[in-house]
Amino acid sequence: MHVDPASLPTLTQAGISKEIAEQHRQAQESAYPVHALRDFPPYRSSILRHPTHPLVRVDPETVELVAPAFGHTDVHGDEADLTIQGSGEPIGERILVTGRVTDGDGRPVAGQLLEVWQANAAGRYIHKREQHPAPLDPNFVGTGRVLTDSDGRYSLRTIKPGPYPWKNHRNAWRPAHIHFSIFGSAFTQRLVTQMYFPGDPLFALDPIYQSIVDPAARDRLIATYDHDVTEPEWELGFRWDIVLTGAKSTWMESEDTGHA
Amino acid sequence: MPELTPSQTIGPFFGFSLPYPTGPYIAPVGAPGTIRLHGTVIDGAGAPVPDALVETWQADADGRRIAVPGSLRRDVTPFEFTGFGRSASDDDGHWFVSTVKPGPTGPRTAPFVAIVVFARGLTTHLFTRCYFGDEEQANASDAVLGRIDADRRSSLVAEKDGERSYRFDIRLQGEGETVFFDYDRTL
Repeated sequence: MHVDPASLPTLTQAGISKEIAEQHRQAQESAYPVHALRDFPPYRSSILRHPTHPLVRVDPETVELVAPAFGHTDVHGDEADLTIQGSGEPIGERILVTGRVTDGDGRPVAGQLLEVWQANAAGRYIHKREQHPAPLDPNFVGTGRVLTDSDGRYSLRTIKPGPYPWKNHRNAWRPAHIHFSIFGSAFTQRLVTQMYFPGDPLFALDPIYQSIVDPAARDRLIATYDHDVTEPEWELGFRWDIVLTGAKSTWMESEDTGHA
Repeated sequence: MPELTPSQTIGPFFGFSLPYPTGPYIAPVGAPGTIRLHGTVIDGAGAPVPDALVETWQADADGRRIAVPGSLRRDVTPFEFTGFGRSASDDDGHWFVSTVKPGPTGPRTAPFVAIVVFARGLTTHLFTRCYFGDEEQANASDAVLGRIDADRRSSLVAEKDGERSYRFDIRLQGEGETVFFDYDRTL
């Protein structure tokens, strides 16, 4: 035993799994929302951080209909390769993650900023509050940026992250994941989410993954292994497409052309 | 139709990746017209939230929408107003941006800064708007503010708390809970 058992939360995985099942049962009685439930008590940190008033429905206007612009002054091409940030090769399975960002109408989100961050192959983040006693890798930071191309496509080379423990309950482990931050063509399309890997045995146990109560929506966070993306003698390939809400405006509006 | 990708929490460990040194500095400190917009992110127990990320997006001082890249590289490019700011809350839950007060973007629209909030424990981000307390006349005729219950409207209004400084606290839950918006029925 590497940790003092008395310091561990007493709440068991079985207890959390029961809470998850109850939340899902209740959700089935209404229409499934796409996004994670903000009030999802099995994820303990959500209890004091979700609004209790219903969100106010408004039509986005003016600045909300467009998004910040990013360009090649913002992102260096090397930032899409997380394996070249140290002086040597990082430890772990080298992977290529590629996909396409579109809006809800299927239109590509072109030239926009996509940011990622992740743990290393041992499940350790470079972060001051991170306490998991797994090794840091001097050749791996775990942060990357890329601009989508004119067709909305992106590619990132990295190391497959490891699962890691956290303190939501006793023996809580996060499935391996890469955090994604994406800008759309409207500010209202802003999205932060997590990409997972196929076949992870921790999916059913994880209150963060399960905070999305629609099983089909949960599945959309899992990348697909793609042998055509895999490079012989070099790296495994995964494909993950991202769909944002429908854009309601673009910079083609005449009122903006003088300033764009 | 393609199906939407769901949101997941930003988690506790984004601090080494998403924040960047010039993120809060949309306008140079001390320049004419520069204001400080700042506040505290607060949870349902009244405690500060030390691991939130606040992003701001706004028109320029003349109310024009901006399509200028360079928000991530304000240190190496000639300073240009991009309209986008990013501030991670500190140990006291405090966030800030140095910016300009936006101009009104249209008729019946009071000047506002669009804000999106991310945090550990927040499974899906929250959108809100920051209006300005010294724009009473414009605020009174703003179509969106007018639809908000009078007793909650003040949560959307930053109050002047010093020379060229405005305070906008973000209360995720409980008394004085900030009004958050749903733009497209999927959030």
